[in-house]
Amino acid sequence: MVEFFQQLLNGLSLGAIYALIALGYTMVYGVLRFINFAHSDVFMVGAFLGYYLGRLVPAGTLWGGLAVLAGAMAGCALLGMTIERLAYRPLRGAPTLNVLITAIGVSLLLEYSGQVFFGAAPRNFPAIFPVRTFHVGGLVLGSNQLIVILVSVVLMVVLQLIVHRTKIGTAMRAVSLNPRAAVLMGVNNDVVISFTFGLGSALAAAGGILYALNYPSVDPLMGLMPGLKAFVAAILGGIGNIPGAALGGLLLGTTETFVNGSQWSTYKDAIGFAVLIIILLFRPAGLLGRFTIEKV
Amino acid sequence: MTKFLRSLGLATLVASAVHAADDAAGPIKVGEFASLTGKEAAFGQSSHKGTLLAIEEINAAGGVLGRKLELITEDNQSKQGESATIAKKLISRDKVVALLGEVASGRTLEAAPIAQHARVPLITPSSTNKSITEKGNYIFRTCFIDPFQGGVMAKFARQHLKLQRVAVLSSVALPYSVDLAKYFREAFAAQGGAIVADLKFTEGDKDFKAQLTSIKAAGVDGIFVPGYYTEAALIARQARELGLTCPLFGGDGWEAPQLIEIGGPAMEGTYFSTHYSSEDPSPAVRGFVKRFRVRFANETPDAMAALGYDSAMILADALRRAGTTEPAKLRDAIAATRNYDGITGRTTIDSHRNASKTAVVIAIQDGRFHFVESVAP
Repeated sequence: MVEFFQQLLNGLSLGAIYALIALGYTMVYGVLRFINFAHSDVFMVGAFLGYYLGRLVPAGTLWGGLAVLAGAMAGCALLGMTIERLAYRPLRGAPTLNVLITAIGVSLLLEYSGQVFFGAAPRNFPAIFPVRTFHVGGLVLGSNQLIVILVSVVLMVVLQLIVHRTKIGTAMRAVSLNPRAAVLMGVNNDVVISFTFGLGSALAAAGGILYALNYPSVDPLMGLMPGLKAFVAAILGGIGNIPGAALGGLLLGTTETFVNGSQWSTYKDAIGFAVLIIILLFRPAGLLGRFTIEKV
Repeated sequence: MTKFLRSLGLATLVASAVHAADDAAGPIKVGEFASLTGKEAAFGQSSHKGTLLAIEEINAAGGVLGRKLELITEDNQSKQGESATIAKKLISRDKVVALLGEVASGRTLEAAPIAQHARVPLITPSSTNKSITEKGNYIFRTCFIDPFQGGVMAKFARQHLKLQRVAVLSSVALPYSVDLAKYFREAFAAQGGAIVADLKFTEGDKDFKAQLTSIKAAGVDGIFVPGYYTEAALIARQARELGLTCPLFGGDGWEAPQLIEIGGPAMEGTYFSTHYSSEDPSPAVRGFVKRFRVRFANETPDAMAALGYDSAMILADALRRAGTTEPAKLRDAIAATRNYDGITGRTTIDSHRNASKTAVVIAIQDGRFHFVESVAP
């Protein structure tokens, strides 16, 4: 029983990170209807920003850790908006396929500039938050795992508030529903899209730092696997749907963890993706996605 | 696509390159492929420095056959698929007389068929996977093989650490990890121990908590982790975070300064087997450590550096005995290497083109590598 709860905890802390990255995929899809493949590399840049900022603050303090987190989130928000301005805005109105290929290009650009600037060797991520271990009736709770879960929950609540309780959030939902109509209603689509990229990239940066905190080795290609998993999580939950992305991330993280801890650990990724296929067979639009019929 | 076309072009070039004689006037070209950047960069860098030191010393002493040696090094970025392309390039474009290369078995396995096909001798300094030299009669190695290494660690775990119930946590796909785990399991069971948990991870994984949680639930007194240093360090950290205090141990893939950098205090009380110890008091090792420190900014050479050095020296020795750079004669000369005294012990190439050598067990204490014992084959 203790083992079950321990695995559940491991799964939730991994799933929370997938969820944070998945939110970025799903929000961009919501407003622009394309998959931003460069997102997983913004995640990597977030981790590296944390690596460099982490040297400026005293190690192992709560405020230092939060400052690093905020700094990296701000840096990545700026990066996300720059990418959108330079790479995607000129393609507004172009076929989705062109934007998709541009996204792959931006992704490769970030990965290989990362190898030039940061070096290809993995680096040791500093312990920016205080590290403690708590024992609760046989259960071992690492402070990093708790921080991951707490920070993710707080960020998701804040995101929910922004989307549903603010003017810009309402504008985001309007653009997502019908961009043409939103313009007619006086919404500045460029500002909304730029904001969405900033928000998504900030969440990716938070995901990157939380990931590096738990698995302290960062390298320029570190975004590939978590990015792919988060993409799957976004699809699983219903792409374009914010609570869906969070649910998909948690579900994928826990499934993966339970398979990894069993005798079938060899087939971890196979089982994870099999779950995706089965769910999509029964709910083609994802768990929380709405199925829309496209008019021809 | 371009890469595919390029390798296709190179593959056809290889056939013609075989017959092109090496230019007798210039230096003798030796190709090296190494993981100078990327995940296993620490291995490639060490091995390359050892090889470079050997080549420089050979040239300072007048070279071989009255000619200097020229080392042409290419980086495979620790990536799959690169080594084959590099081997083709070194053979067909640079016309090297022999290839030296790789620590990671998986990447040596990529280059081996190409060297064999082109009939260019390949010496791997430190790839321990058994199947490498089975790729053909032009493929050699200057280190021990995994069946021996697995046996050494099984014996060490049973007799020195007195372990009864052990978990194995190995990679799904890495040839090095898969085979080493297999030989360890067999040897440990044969010596009366029990493998109570057998779990896998995937290349590039960073989260091992799930596997470690079930290992903890299985109640073990030791964990065998055949893998490379990045994974080993993360596994040790997460094991300690979950409250697993039992010893962890692995193979020569652990030996890199990054193991301690990433693993930190979690590495205390862990063990691994390797090829040599820089603490060895023999004059050969002392002299090598001293020269290496002078050449490379006070860096202490590890086993990969020592094997890189030995492999280049054995190649030079074979070139001298062959009296020519002709591939077939050079191959025969390497195969005829008997009782060559190197830094990593006495090397004799056996009929399977492997070297049977002594292994060393290292313990990590106070953030440093310490010699524990050496095990003869």
